[in-house]
Order: sequence, then structure tokens, then C-alpha cells
Amino acid sequence: MKRHYLKALIISASLILTSLGISFADDHKRGGTLIASMGSNPRHLNPAVQSGIATGFPGSQLFATPIRYDNNWEPQPYLAESWEITDGGKTVRLNLVKDAVFHDGVPIKSSDVKFSLETIQKNHPFKTMFGPVIAVETPDEHTAILKLSQPHPALMLAMSSQLMSIIPEHVYGDGQDPATHPQNSKNVVGSGPFKLVEFKSGEHVILERFDDFFIKGRPYLDKMVIKIVTDPAARTIALENGELDFYAFENVARNVVRLKKNDKLEVTSKGYAAIGPIDWLAFNTKRGKTADVNVRKAIAYAIDRKFILKAIMLGVAEEARTGIHPGSPLYDPNVETYEINIEKANQILDDAGYKKGDDGMRFGLTVDFGWPPLRPNAEYTKAALKRIGIDITVRPSADFPTWARTVSNHEFDLTWDTVFNWGDPVIGVHRTYQSSNIKKGVIWSNTQQYTNPKVDAILEKAGKEIDPEKRKALYSEFQKIIVDDLPVYWTNTLPYHTIYNKKVGDPPLGIWATSSPMDMTYIKK
Amino acid sequence: MLTVLLVVIILNFLMLHLAPGDIADTIAATMGGADEKDMIQLRTEYGLDQPFFIQLFQYVIKVAMLDLGNSHFYNMPVFDLIMERLPATLLLVFSAQIVSLSLGILLGVYAAQNPNGLSSLFVNMLSLFGYAAPVFWTGILLLIAFSLYIPIFPVAGMRDVTIESDNFFVHAFDVARHLFLPMITLASIFLAYYSRLCRASMLEVLGADFVRTAKAKGLSQRDILMKHALKNSLSPVITFAGLSFSAVVSGAILVETVYSWPGLGTLAFNSIIARDTPVLLGILIFSTLMVTVGNLLTDMVLRSIDPRIQGSQ
Repeated sequence: MKRHYLKALIISASLILTSLGISFADDHKRGGTLIASMGSNPRHLNPAVQSGIATGFPGSQLFATPIRYDNNWEPQPYLAESWEITDGGKTVRLNLVKDAVFHDGVPIKSSDVKFSLETIQKNHPFKTMFGPVIAVETPDEHTAILKLSQPHPALMLAMSSQLMSIIPEHVYGDGQDPATHPQNSKNVVGSGPFKLVEFKSGEHVILERFDDFFIKGRPYLDKMVIKIVTDPAARTIALENGELDFYAFENVARNVVRLKKNDKLEVTSKGYAAIGPIDWLAFNTKRGKTADVNVRKAIAYAIDRKFILKAIMLGVAEEARTGIHPGSPLYDPNVETYEINIEKANQILDDAGYKKGDDGMRFGLTVDFGWPPLRPNAEYTKAALKRIGIDITVRPSADFPTWARTVSNHEFDLTWDTVFNWGDPVIGVHRTYQSSNIKKGVIWSNTQQYTNPKVDAILEKAGKEIDPEKRKALYSEFQKIIVDDLPVYWTNTLPYHTIYNKKVGDPPLGIWATSSPMDMTYIKK
Repeated sequence: MLTVLLVVIILNFLMLHLAPGDIADTIAATMGGADEKDMIQLRTEYGLDQPFFIQLFQYVIKVAMLDLGNSHFYNMPVFDLIMERLPATLLLVFSAQIVSLSLGILLGVYAAQNPNGLSSLFVNMLSLFGYAAPVFWTGILLLIAFSLYIPIFPVAGMRDVTIESDNFFVHAFDVARHLFLPMITLASIFLAYYSRLCRASMLEVLGADFVRTAKAKGLSQRDILMKHALKNSLSPVITFAGLSFSAVVSGAILVETVYSWPGLGTLAFNSIIARDTPVLLGILIFSTLMVTVGNLLTDMVLRSIDPRIQGSQ
């Protein structure tokens, strides 16, 4: 993130292959089939109209994006061989690779970039990604010029991963609604390193090397089979007995610990910094006792992050202190950490006038949780808060929609949740803290109903600040304020791990995990 | 049957309607976020903003015209979605039913010969264990045993897509290998019922007058058991098998989840969570059909073994 914006007017990539920031020793071999797996069934395979990591894995293999990221958060050329940012960040010029073609052989033109971006603007749930883009000009077939209403540093990350898939206008612009287009699941025509052989819902996605991929010699794999295995225990056994070569996004701590003991497998938590999943305890800042910041602080002091990391996450997750993922260059760890301090927590509550009753309890609150894996957190909350005289009732929801309705309609006191950063804070962080995003009925909006005009102002400024240092300072200030206001109490990153057989070379361990092209992955012989 | 279908549709429509949340919420979940306008648009598109009775009425009319509609979640015709999954479930359910029934009868007959012996006790224990153990637990246990420690069976799915062969038998063998563990798991629940029932009914028949007559005639033990006793004691077992067919279908849901078996069970489960009403109702219509066909088949078997049923017709 250091040098990519404004500072360099022109970043040109002379050699695509060497500039990817990954070492290209000669051990990369052509051929072979990778048997991978995914844990949930994707709705369809078109990331332009469907967000989420389930679509992201096959979607990023099927569709290329203008740029990609290396392991150090540096943007690298992909479908755009170079780009220029001018006009104080309000004009972004993409110079496309000249000989790139879609899977049906039709050349990829700048008009496809324009069409893709407009489709995404209309259909993708993350409206902030391309919100400031007001027009896309196409002076020639290989140049797309994005015109912005204001500087928009989030644009770089929004043009990578699965977020800006380039889809062919001659296929998805045929008049049918792209969101429900039949070719989202069948006969997908993409622009990425692999083409679709077969997608059988609930069973598998089979991909095959696209021989005319615009990066010569890539991809290395001939075939990629992505089996849909939803049961974590079965998946673990399949990895252990060699039936599966590769699985990303494993978040069951128990399975991670178990698989780490297997010497045929590599298990790593690398590669999820931009996905940025954070577990947190959210407070209703407008209703009942949690509207009082003292109560929220007392709760934070009574909940032991270290206990959660050690006992619930079994030591495979990272501590998260703010709303920005610790893997992000914008993360600021120098904030109040709310180390466990029962005495202080009790003191805060006493001072705020919440007297203990005869039974040792001050008042009661409820705690919800969005996903079954967060149940232990909810149970722990009950035990932990009993020590400061808060009587917690755990309210399990029947399933996700039930919970989503409760929380998005603001009918909760406390709730455990997992929320993703999705690259730039503008995409996945702002939404939780901006008062303009308090939207009843919409899950993962500002459901805490947190309002702080100062935070609103900082976020608005940071969203268009193009100087990386100044931007970082703004986000530091933001993190300090939200840690003090505590609309949510962040505890840990989700223990996402990538597990792969040692015969797999160069798996996707960049910032976007499997939501990035796997054209460099190969099978060792 | 049509009345049954109508009741099934109305009840389930009502239940799904009463459950909090709708497809717009679940699509938001798969997206990792949502936009207010998009959600409103989705609800309008799928007619979720209409009153309950209008939604129900529209659906019933459509089904009457043999149109199951489109899945909200997958954007695919429900009929195609079900047809993709139905063969896998049929294979699992019917093979499990056949295995549990034949094995159950065999064990029942065996146990009845010496009702207080050690072998009878063993059969009892085995069947009770299968009955008492939760399916998903048995499933995982079998996986650990026969996929991890003695790796002879695959863990997940229904076939190995890396096999490149045109030979039908290669593929059939591959599917059979994948089928074995899920089939055994599903059969283990019903094995208990069938063997216990068969044992009890065999014991009763073995004490009957005609068996004593057969013995007096000097028939061999084998002839008495197979020709006289078994035929007479089978009807309750078969009748019960027909009745429990619906339970086998619902048991398949858990088994399919554990083994990633690409059948209707996992689809049904997902569509409940996703509030994908058209898919769920479509599946329920199909399982109603499946149970009806299963009952029909048991009736036919019953007729062939018990001439008295035929006579009453």
C-alpha cells in the first residue's frame, strides 16, 4: 500500500512473470490434477453478481481481474499490464493485456471492463467498492479509464481478488439479468486461468486448464477438481488419507490442531489478511444497559481474550484488538487492550450505579450468536460475566436467518458474530461503524446503531485520503476511538487455515487465499 | 394421494412462512454482506412481499400445472435441481432398505432358533447398538475405521471424477465403493427393528400347531424354518418395513451430510436453512411420491408371500 497511489504516476510492469513477487524457481511443473475441496455449496460461479468465499474459489479461477496482489499487499499487474493514477486520484487508467481472450476465444476488450464494472455496481452487495466511479471511458480496445467523483484508495483492492471479475459482455450482456443468468452455473465463459468443465451443485466443480490464458505457460495444473464436502469431520479424514490434496478456509480449531500432527500435510494460517475475518462481541448501543459505555467497558474487562484464544481457539487463532484485521498494514495494535481485570470491571459497574442485588447479580442481559461455532463463546460469556454480577441468558437461534432477523432488527443486547474486512476498510470495516449505515433489517450493517460524528468524519476522510501515511494515521485515530467507545469488543481472528498435501507446490497463500487465481500452483513429482 | 400432497404443501408453506427470516437474509449470508435496496428488490422479485394466502395460492396453482417453479437460491428450475439429486437418494434409500431388511430377517431367524443362547444375545446387542447410536456418529466412526485406518472406502461423494474410462463396470464398481459405507450406516438403524421383529414373530410361529405338525411329519429343521415358519412370520416385518419407509428417507438426510452424498437430503436441509421454499416443497412432493411407491412395493411383496391378502381382494 505504500507506493501504489499517486506517488508513482506510472507503475509499469515490464515483465508480468517476474513481478508477481513470488519466486519462480524452475521447480514449477506442468501437468497434474489438484483434488481440492470447499466447505459450502456455491449458489453459482459468477463473482461479479455473487460475493462470498464459496463462489470466490472457483470464481477466481474462472475470471481474471484487472490486478492481483502479492503476499505483501503490493498490487501487481494481471489483466491490466499497467495502470496510471492521475488527477489527484480521480482518474485511473487501465492498460489491458493485448492478446487476452475469453474462454470462447473472443478478445477481452475495454468495453468488457466497462460492462463488468457496471454490472458489479448494480448487482454486488458491496456498494462502496465502486461507489465513487461515475464513468468508464474506453478510448480504445485496450484502455479503460475510470472516472471518479472523489479520490478512492479502496479502488486498488476492489479491482483484485474476486471483487472485480471481468465477464464477457457478449455473453452476460445479452439482455437477460446478469444476476440470474443461466450461464452463471452452466457453460460459464470466463477470462481466468481455468475454464469450467462441470458444476454439479452439492457435488463438485471441475475446472480445466485454459490453454489460451493470457499469461504464457500458466496455469501449471491440467485440472482442478473442487469437491463440495460440507461435513468438517469427513473433510479432515479425507485430507488425512490423501483423498483430498487441498482445503482452504478450515476454521474448526480442533481439526486444525489434529491435521497439524500429520506429517504428510502442511497446515498454515497464512493467506487470510485481506479476507480479514474477526470474531467479536457486539453490543446494542441504543437499547437497555449496553447503551451505557461503562457497562460495555466492564464487560470487556471481564472477558478474557487470552482464555478464548487458548481454550476455545486452541491456540490457532490470532488476537484481534480493533475492527481492522491484524494482518492489514492499517492495523494499529497500540490501543487499550482491556486485559482481564474483574476488580476494575466491578468497580466500573459500582461507580456507574449498578448495585448488586441479594443474589449477587446487578442485572440481566441476553447473548445471541450467529453461527454454531460461536456457541462456546456465548457460553463463556455467561460464565465470565457472572463474576461481575451480570446474569447472561444465552439465546441460541434455530439457524442463520433467525439470528439475522433478530440482530438486524436491533432486538438484542449482546451477540457474537464473525465479520470480514474484505480488503480495504472502506469495503468491510466502515459499514460497521458509520452512522449512515444504520439500516434496520440489513445484517452486517451498523446493527450496533453506533453513532459518533467524529468517527463518521474520520472515516469519510480516510476513505478518500490518497497519501498512504496520512491514511494510516486516520485509521489509527479511528481505531483508538472505537476501542474507547466499544460498539463491539473484538477478540480474535477466525482461525482460518489452509491445509495441503506436501506434494502441492505454491498454493495460494497471498492476502486473498483461494479468492485469487491459482495459476502458479503445481503438483510436485 | 392428492389430498396428502395438498396438506403437505399447505403445512410446510405455513411452517416456512412462520420461521423468521427469508431468502433475502440467506443470500446476504452467502454474500458476506447486503445492500438495503438489493434486499427489497429480491423480496419483490420472489413475491415475498405478497400476503401469505396469495403466495400459497399462486404456488398451488403452479404445482397443479406441473410447474415446481424456480429455486430462489440457485436460480435453477426446481425440477432440474431435484432430478440431478434424485438418483443418488433413490440408490441410497433402496439399497439400505434392501440390506437392512434381508440382513434383519436373516439375523432374526438365526436368533429365534435359540432364543436364550449366546448368539441370540449377540444379535440383540448388535441391533440395539445400531438402533441407539446416532447416525452421524456411526457414520464418522465407520469413516475413521474404513477410510482412515484401513483405507478401503472413500470418504466423500458418490464417484471418483478422476477415473477416465468408458467401461461401465469400472464406474459401477466406483459408485458401489462410495455407496457401501453410507448404505451400511443408514441400514444399521433399521436392522434393529427388522431383526427384533422377525425374531419375535418367528418365536411365536415356531410355537404354533402347524410347526409341531411339520416336526411330527419328520421334516428337516431347515424345511420347517424356511418353508413353514419364515413365510408365516414375515408379514409383520414387511408391513413394518413399508411403514418405516418414510423414516428411511428422512434418515438419509443425516447420512448424506456425513458422507457428502449428493442426494436430496442435503438439498432439503440446505433449502430449509436458506428458506428456499420452492425447493423444499418440491422435495417434499417427491418424497411423498417416493414413500407412496415404497409402500406400493411392500404391498406387492406382501401379496406374493401371503396368499391370504391376495384372496381378500
